[in-house]
Amino acid sequence: MSLYGLHSDCSGRESSQRAVTERGVIMEEFINVGKRIPKMDAEEKVTGKAVYIHDLKIPGMLYGRILYSLHPHAKILSIDTTKAESLPGVKAVLTGYNIPTIKFGFYKDNVPLKANKVCSFRDEIATVAATDPDIAQEALELIKVEYEILPAVFDPEEAMKEGAPLIHEEHVGGKEKKPTNVLNLPWRLVSGDVEEAKKNSAYVAEDRFKVTWVAHCCLGTSGCLAQFDMKNNLTMYSITQIPSLAQRDFTEALTAMGLKNKKARVIKTMIGGGFGSKLDTYAFEYIAILLAYKTKRPVKIIFSREEEFFATSPRQCAIIDIAQGCTKEGTLTFRDIRMILDNGAYTSWGATVPSVMMMPSSSLYKVPNIRFSAKCVYTNNTYSQAMRGYGTPQVTFAIDSQIDALAERAGIDPLDFRLRNANMPGDVTPQNFKINTCGLRECIDAVAQKLDWRQVRGRKDGRGVGMASLIHVGGGARVYKSDGCGTIIKMDDFGTVNVFTGATDMGQGADTVIAQIVAEELGVRVEDVVMTHTDTDICPWDVGAHASRTTFVAGNSAKGAAKKVKDQLLQVAAKSMGESPENLDIRDRTIFSKKDPEKKSPLGKILRAAHYAAGGSMMMAECFYDPNNENLDKELKGNLSVTYTFGTHGVEVEVDKETGQVKILKYVAAHDVGRAINPMLLEGQVYGGATMGIGYALTERLILKDGKVMNPNFLDYKMLTAKDVPNIETIVIETNDSFGPFGAKGVGEPGLVPTAPAIANAIYDAVGVRIKDLPMTPEKILAALKEKESSH
Amino acid sequence: MKQSVTFILNGESIQVEIEPHLTLLQLLRDKLELTGTKEGCGMGECGACTVLLDGKVVNSCIFPAMEVDGKNVMTIEGLTDAQGNLHPIQKAFIEQGAVQCGFCTPGMVLAGKALLDENPKPTEEEIRHGIAGNLCRCTGYIQIVQAVKAASGQ
Repeated sequence: MSLYGLHSDCSGRESSQRAVTERGVIMEEFINVGKRIPKMDAEEKVTGKAVYIHDLKIPGMLYGRILYSLHPHAKILSIDTTKAESLPGVKAVLTGYNIPTIKFGFYKDNVPLKANKVCSFRDEIATVAATDPDIAQEALELIKVEYEILPAVFDPEEAMKEGAPLIHEEHVGGKEKKPTNVLNLPWRLVSGDVEEAKKNSAYVAEDRFKVTWVAHCCLGTSGCLAQFDMKNNLTMYSITQIPSLAQRDFTEALTAMGLKNKKARVIKTMIGGGFGSKLDTYAFEYIAILLAYKTKRPVKIIFSREEEFFATSPRQCAIIDIAQGCTKEGTLTFRDIRMILDNGAYTSWGATVPSVMMMPSSSLYKVPNIRFSAKCVYTNNTYSQAMRGYGTPQVTFAIDSQIDALAERAGIDPLDFRLRNANMPGDVTPQNFKINTCGLRECIDAVAQKLDWRQVRGRKDGRGVGMASLIHVGGGARVYKSDGCGTIIKMDDFGTVNVFTGATDMGQGADTVIAQIVAEELGVRVEDVVMTHTDTDICPWDVGAHASRTTFVAGNSAKGAAKKVKDQLLQVAAKSMGESPENLDIRDRTIFSKKDPEKKSPLGKILRAAHYAAGGSMMMAECFYDPNNENLDKELKGNLSVTYTFGTHGVEVEVDKETGQVKILKYVAAHDVGRAINPMLLEGQVYGGATMGIGYALTERLILKDGKVMNPNFLDYKMLTAKDVPNIETIVIETNDSFGPFGAKGVGEPGLVPTAPAIANAIYDAVGVRIKDLPMTPEKILAALKEKESSH
Repeated sequence: MKQSVTFILNGESIQVEIEPHLTLLQLLRDKLELTGTKEGCGMGECGACTVLLDGKVVNSCIFPAMEVDGKNVMTIEGLTDAQGNLHPIQKAFIEQGAVQCGFCTPGMVLAGKALLDENPKPTEEEIRHGIAGNLCRCTGYIQIVQAVKAASGQ
């Protein structure tokens, strides 16, 4: 295990990455892996040449706009589009009454345009395609809709009650198959005996935590461009995180439109931020397809910022009832969690986040007895979606806030409490996760050391320290039947390596990391690698950029393909160099004999020999990598990921008792990453994640009043600016995972998972109040301080 | 009725006939096809549409195009020199990992350039103040601050 960040960046660690060859020559182990290589697309981006969906124009292209509901729950009595249709420049007007039925979403409860009834303010009612976006907007204003308002429900606990307004009357649940707002999802996990453990615990803490909606806030708003060819095959220019699954969704839509056996091709432009928001397909995409088919012209839809805030799906809000107990010595005995999630009016992946919330619930720290249940409830609010961390930031806020409370009850320093209960390599958790590598103790120790924990904790003088930890999938996550990703590699005459990957780069740097892995495996340099990841007609299949799986799964896939190409190269080289392939290796674009490094040949020469020889061959290979992980079984147990990633964040805050303002004085983020393939990009993930987490903790909330988003702009939605963000110190713990490509584990999401509880714990240490409701705004802190004073 | 506007755009004088209600962003992106300038919010809140007007940052999405008459406008496309060499601040953004999804990047680079032109050796606090009008969701701003610092030779 190596650890850096405590000393310097990577300079100190490169010296340890040396290997001695058979002939005793000391050489660096890696040429490409572990290097701070700039992102491959950075030059395009700093010059403004990168093409985003907003920048794309196709001759004859029309602009689509969408009309949304004016009510959160209402019958549609009539829609009159005649005036809109006669506006010059308008090429098509569609409503839910003149389109085929296309059902989409995880629960297939959503349609592109709603007929008969609307269930939320973001319900799409009509759409216009016009030659100009202003004309399209004007046409929307000419559409007359008559509504009959229905009683609505915005509180999931109210929506669960008998007699509550039904969002989808046809939806039934329970043994009696009665109409209900509660979704039929089996989110229940039990291991051990929680009741017995509770009885036998020396200390028990019980609390209710609440977390609210937050928006992804991708700087590039949503959009797409749909185009049909003369054979009615669809090309969709998209910003999806799931090209292969989106292709399947769009193909199903074509079938529903009567275009059976027609092809859907998904081409990605540059993506202006993802964070989970693009893990599903949405109404606007089907609307663009319908408009393009209707008009026989390409149709582009681009969201305004206001639409982006109210018509895309935020992180779900939840009510979390949690109890945990421990022995007199501070060993955790049980964890009991009941959650209610506001599903909103339709169902996307938001309803599946409990399947991942179970991960920290069952497996963050060693807890022998576990009970977890979650209900997802329809309301007339906006519907939720995956967002970075996939439910784990929500539940980790509850778990690791309460760990501090429990430690206090037991009279134990929360640092010691965490160390005592920390996961260890080789553990099998109550959910049957097999922990391979685990650097959690090292993370906790490193954070404590950086914060000077023993000296500064417990002063309650307005300054305080807090920490919190995380577990996350680090080796893919088998949420579908496959967790696979494919890679194709081919080489040209000159040594250029073309890599076609199923992975999606949405800014996190997947292309660069995969190129480093390929270059390392193949013995070339990153600049020799050309990445293609944009087109389902060209690129192999992949289940998408989720679960922090890209470096691990796409990386292993790329490494496998590179290994095959390397073997082919060595076969060809063996002939021309008169050596056996086993004695040959490739390093820095040169094939050499391991026995006699002077016997060598440039790679290009070998490639040309392969191509120009009689009976020649292409240096080309594919590899489909599907990790050996498990779907959760009927009890929702199973080794979801082949390895898990861990981390601890620590923070020192100053709380102004007069204003309730929290100032972050120090922020330390320690992550067990397996191996940092690219420390600079890795730090970028941690910085960005932690910043998003600080916003989640302190400032961000999508305010819904009776189902309506009240702050659909950056003035009122408080995303952090450069002036609000503290310097974040990253500590990288390298545990070199045996399953990871060059030892790497995933790190995309973890950066924001433990942020909110770490800050909550620091606020408690500073001023003695525990905020259990995100975001922890000055108002809430002041109110808690006031309450604390009055109770004394 | 269209009206004529004459201004310097990325070092070259141009004259365009435009509808007087256009924003500078619409002129740049839709009429002149300079799509390096981004629209992130359309309300002057996020800074993705930042361009330099006589060397000062403006949010082009809320700036009337007619008002650039007689003035000097620089967009991200004008920052590289005639040979296509990157400006030092662009190089610094690349080398410091200050770019992720890249949507805020053109505006952020120009905000950084305007700051350095006015204050060649800014403190970290001055850098953070200088780019506070430009939102970024990916980076946490840290590597952006490092890039501006590096471009200033500090």
